[in-house]
Amino acid sequence: MPDILSAPLVVEFPFTRSLGPVQSAFLTGLRERTVLGVRTGDGKVLVPPVEYDPVTAEEIQDLVEVAATGTVTTWAWNPHPRRDQPLDTPFAWVLVRLDGADTALLHVLDAPGPDAVHTGMRVRVRWAGTRTGAITDIACFEPYEGEPGGSAPHDGEFADPVTGIVTPARLDYTYSPGRAQSAYLEALAGRRVVGERCPSCLKVYVPPRGACPTCGVATDERVEVGPRGTVTTFCVVNIKAKNLDIEVPYVYAHIALDGADLALHARIGGIPYDQVRMGLRVEPVWSEGNRHPDHYRPTGEPDADYDAYKELV
Amino acid sequence: MRDVAIVAFAQTDHLRRTDELSEVEMLMPVLHQVLDATGLRTSDIGFTCSGSSDYLAGRAFSFTMALDGVGAHPPISESHVEMDGAWALYEAWVKIQTGEADTALVYAYGKSSPGQVRDVLTRQLDPYYTAPLWPDSIALAALQAQALIDAGDTDETALAAVAARSRADAADNPHAQLSGPVPAGDYLVQPLRTGDCPPVGDGAAAVILAAGDTARALCDRPAWIRGIDHRIEAHGLGVRELTESPSTRLAAERAGVFERPVDTAELHAPFSSQQVVLRKALGLGDEVRVNPSGGALAANPVMAAGLIRLGEAAARIHRGESDRALAHATSGPCLQQNLVAVLEGESAHA
Ligand SMILES: [Zn+2]
Repeated sequence: MPDILSAPLVVEFPFTRSLGPVQSAFLTGLRERTVLGVRTGDGKVLVPPVEYDPVTAEEIQDLVEVAATGTVTTWAWNPHPRRDQPLDTPFAWVLVRLDGADTALLHVLDAPGPDAVHTGMRVRVRWAGTRTGAITDIACFEPYEGEPGGSAPHDGEFADPVTGIVTPARLDYTYSPGRAQSAYLEALAGRRVVGERCPSCLKVYVPPRGACPTCGVATDERVEVGPRGTVTTFCVVNIKAKNLDIEVPYVYAHIALDGADLALHARIGGIPYDQVRMGLRVEPVWSEGNRHPDHYRPTGEPDADYDAYKELV
Repeated sequence: MRDVAIVAFAQTDHLRRTDELSEVEMLMPVLHQVLDATGLRTSDIGFTCSGSSDYLAGRAFSFTMALDGVGAHPPISESHVEMDGAWALYEAWVKIQTGEADTALVYAYGKSSPGQVRDVLTRQLDPYYTAPLWPDSIALAALQAQALIDAGDTDETALAAVAARSRADAADNPHAQLSGPVPAGDYLVQPLRTGDCPPVGDGAAAVILAAGDTARALCDRPAWIRGIDHRIEAHGLGVRELTESPSTRLAAERAGVFERPVDTAELHAPFSSQQVVLRKALGLGDEVRVNPSGGALAANPVMAAGLIRLGEAAARIHRGESDRALAHATSGPCLQQNLVAVLEGESAHA
């Protein structure tokens, strides 16, 4: 068995989300140091506010300004803050029922240690220095000994309301492709293309994924295929891809390597794009520093008969 | 309603890492085990349904790769849920109820080892008010645990006892990742210690469902699904009563749990504190054998651990060790969504 390959993999995406009218008022309010809730049909004030009543699903829009002070309803001490969490020193996760609200808001509490935190303790919002209209405009909560605040109706109107948010997300992985694909990638490093044969139907899969999709059994016998192959079908790419330094138009093709029962895909070079055809015989062109062939080029052999590859189209 | 039973169940050994296996490579042995147990071939299966999440291993469309393991070409009747496999089982049960299939293959898998599952699970939260704070799965469970302690429902000693009993029971479960004496450990997020939290790891499971006489032909003692239901609570944590699980209670009522006593319950409680919530919601007394497998505190392959509860409960009925069992699966933070099924062996009705 070859060594199992692994590599760091970062999945990162900035989600752009539009806001409903209640969410927009709430997040714009945070930017303006104002905390808004929404009143449900039965008179409860929800903070944070939502667009629809969680019990009746009725649309709700009756906004209420609540205080920036409140009471901890439950808490949990986090001794080891994680990368994107609001504070980078140990803190308490808290649910806080703000004065004037009937439900609790999830956030964090800056406190010296777990002994300084208890359910029922009084806290107030510590506003972030730079506020953009996001839940993180509340930097955190902090202990507070003063008088409770009150609530008042609010029309939700602000100048320049926030109508959308961008929430970046990054997750880090250590990717390992498993047995079949590790073996395939190892062989590519030696400029060989190695597929796997199904013990049941005897088809050779390239690249191998570890199982035969027809028989549902593990493919285990390694079979070197190619290096030459036949273009089974192709398309002409006319739009330049971002970060890809290839002149358009160019041809992207399905190529059945000799001995393989599944076509793989690759770029065709070394021939004008409008002369590529089904049945064209091609071979890989390797380049330094790349595990995969850079592209495939014509071998000069006569074209393959359609019957020879029609099962693979 | 058609009589539908779980007629076969298999699970992998649950391990901290399985770097040498892709998802389909990890999954295939359990698919073959349930097919072998029933003598069915993949081409005999009427409907296939799976549960998994690409976020766990960061592998886009991994469920389509996993389909290679069931022989999905030429095309089969198939579906997938980005949820625990217990919900895939529910979909398969509905499919059989419609009469469009007599048998179903249900599977689920999760590889948590490539990523940080605590962070990955934050991405399922409300993206406006909650996810930007990155509250990890243990933090949210800890908020629920503290609320239980404040309410007088439990204390740290009782939680440690739940964890210890789970790992002691898991000593008889050859697939468990964590069994025997496990130290309570340090606080991960107070009041939860390492011992109160599930192990992180990789694993897969599969079951076969069959209707009526087909089930009787495939299994000596089918585990008949007498009722199954799932319910969900609001996504806002501060809106919910975290010490109760009204969705579990309602699903159990609708599944018929309270019509007659159960002798066994497999509860999907990844945290010791959540077992306290579930026992209370379901009214389970000491006469009910709870989590003889060790439960999710012994092995918690995310996306498969709920299906495994159904499978473990069914397997006890297959072996004649239970006549009427409750199986529960959960999804979302702090037991947000819950599925409850009642399984019975034939003699219980005789
Ligand atoms: Zn095959």
